[in-house]
Amino acid sequence: MVPLDSVDLAAIWLTLKLATLTTVLLLLIGTPIGWWLARTRSKWKGPIGAVVALPLVLPPTVLGFYLLVAMGPHGFIGQLTQSLGLGTLPFTFAGLVVASVFYSLPFVVQPLQNAFEAIGERPLEVAATLRAGPVDTFFTVVLPLAKPGFVTAAILGFAHTVGEFGVVLMIGGNIPEKTRVVSVQIYDHVEAMEYAQAHWLAGGMLAFSFVVLLVLYTSRLKQGWRG
Amino acid sequence: MHTLTEPTVASAAERADVGIHARFRRTFAGFSLDVDLNLPGRGVTALFGHSGSGKTTCLRCVAGLERAAEARLEVNGELWQDSASGVFVPPHRRALGYVFQEASLFPHLNVRRNLEYGLRRVDRATRRVEWDRVLELLGIGHLLERMPERLSGGERQRVGIARALLTSPRLLLMDEPLAALDLKRKNEILPYLERLHDELDIPILYVSHAPDEVARLADHVVLLDQGRLVAQGGLQETLARLDLPTAFGEDAGVVVEALVAGHDEAYHLTRLVFPGGEVLVARRPEALGQRLRFRVHARDVSLALARAEGTSITNLLPATVQALAAADTPAHVLVRLDADGTPLLARITRRSADQLGIAAGQRLWAQIKAVALLG
Repeated sequence: MVPLDSVDLAAIWLTLKLATLTTVLLLLIGTPIGWWLARTRSKWKGPIGAVVALPLVLPPTVLGFYLLVAMGPHGFIGQLTQSLGLGTLPFTFAGLVVASVFYSLPFVVQPLQNAFEAIGERPLEVAATLRAGPVDTFFTVVLPLAKPGFVTAAILGFAHTVGEFGVVLMIGGNIPEKTRVVSVQIYDHVEAMEYAQAHWLAGGMLAFSFVVLLVLYTSRLKQGWRG
Repeated sequence: MHTLTEPTVASAAERADVGIHARFRRTFAGFSLDVDLNLPGRGVTALFGHSGSGKTTCLRCVAGLERAAEARLEVNGELWQDSASGVFVPPHRRALGYVFQEASLFPHLNVRRNLEYGLRRVDRATRRVEWDRVLELLGIGHLLERMPERLSGGERQRVGIARALLTSPRLLLMDEPLAALDLKRKNEILPYLERLHDELDIPILYVSHAPDEVARLADHVVLLDQGRLVAQGGLQETLARLDLPTAFGEDAGVVVEALVAGHDEAYHLTRLVFPGGEVLVARRPEALGQRLRFRVHARDVSLALARAEGTSITNLLPATVQALAAADTPAHVLVRLDADGTPLLARITRRSADQLGIAAGQRLWAQIKAVALLG
């Protein structure tokens, strides 16, 4: 018998909802950033690239702390959301989504940037000489050619969001059905010595992560490394 | 006969309308391009020069893929770029076709959809090139459902050319379309290029560093060196110029356009006539009256003061010496001859020139040891 109760299931559901929404937003935000980083000759390429990569190396608590301050009543994001009548974001699901977008940004931007760079200049020039404007070219040439990169970006962005813990704790706290995701729920079970439930959830995360990476790596081997 | 299309005494208005007028100035890292070209609005114009001479950059500037800081470009009366007034028509709004060195087919589309890519983006009203005709012209009708990765290099390049043609370009740009192919594939494609030239009325700018391709295909030559224009003019005339031999080196020589005038079945020979003379070559498959180009390398022409008797050389032409110039080595000189209407170049030793007393105006016999038929 699976010892998971309704709180556990809510945490799983919330995690999937958060990861899906974050992934969709990240693909929308990450595509122009990745495109710009892949194509620009601007001197800002280095600094912007470094900022995007920061979540890779920062302890989640550092990122979470700054986001908490920024989204708080006196932070600039907080001021903005308050002036829009949205209140403040910390300890809400929306706040969690915003934080997750920052946290998983490099996992989406970098595969996209690699995929765009791998396409090179030539197909774009060919499309231009065949009368396709820049937007037309993006949708008919760049997107299809970068498809493996988008798949990788989506999988990594989703999986990485599922796996976040520190940022969630800093921004979201631990509110059931609002901000309590699986990783936090495992922590709670362990604290309460409920090892059976912790095993089920932790084992589920392990299996999920392994399957995701397995799919990713075997498909990469098949089609060569395309970002 | 291909006429020489040097700008002559046409009125200014007429001159501005026809042809391609291009002036590009741009400094790149370690290289500067500074050219002023006046090209005919029809036929094949070869942009010829060593690698690094700026010919590809020039072509990319015409396409708008490269933007020269100081530029003016007018194609058959349409202004595509003028840095003085800030006009720059982006590449996708220029009615041109571009064939890249590697065919660069879209790998995610099959041949049919590659071909349709450009075609669909052109107004029905401005389509002048027929689908069936292009497929037939390039012999790719049987490849339509294939993916690019399953085509040979030559097939890919033919699809690339067809794809460019189907946009009904007013100007076709070809950047060394044969350079990435081996000799066998080259010979497979050349006849198709000749058909384009003969059957479509689209001016072609053709970048090449291969003298044989230029000799075979071009009507007009633009010679570039280190980003500068060295010469431009009709093919035969330009190749026969004495001041350009360094560009051609050992390959100096002329191109002659001739008609098939007869076949000698007994000896298996074909007689080719051209202004001022005729030559015999090994039996050709072409029918009587067909046009054929051949190249005579300067190194294959020797000179004799009198018509040689008892020689195995079949092709002897009476000619007048026009001028002498230094050749690619100090041991040789280049002699420009007029074979009564057809220019010829001879590369002989300086010693022979002195012993024979070769001088301008002299009548003598040109002995042609070999002709290279093109096609």
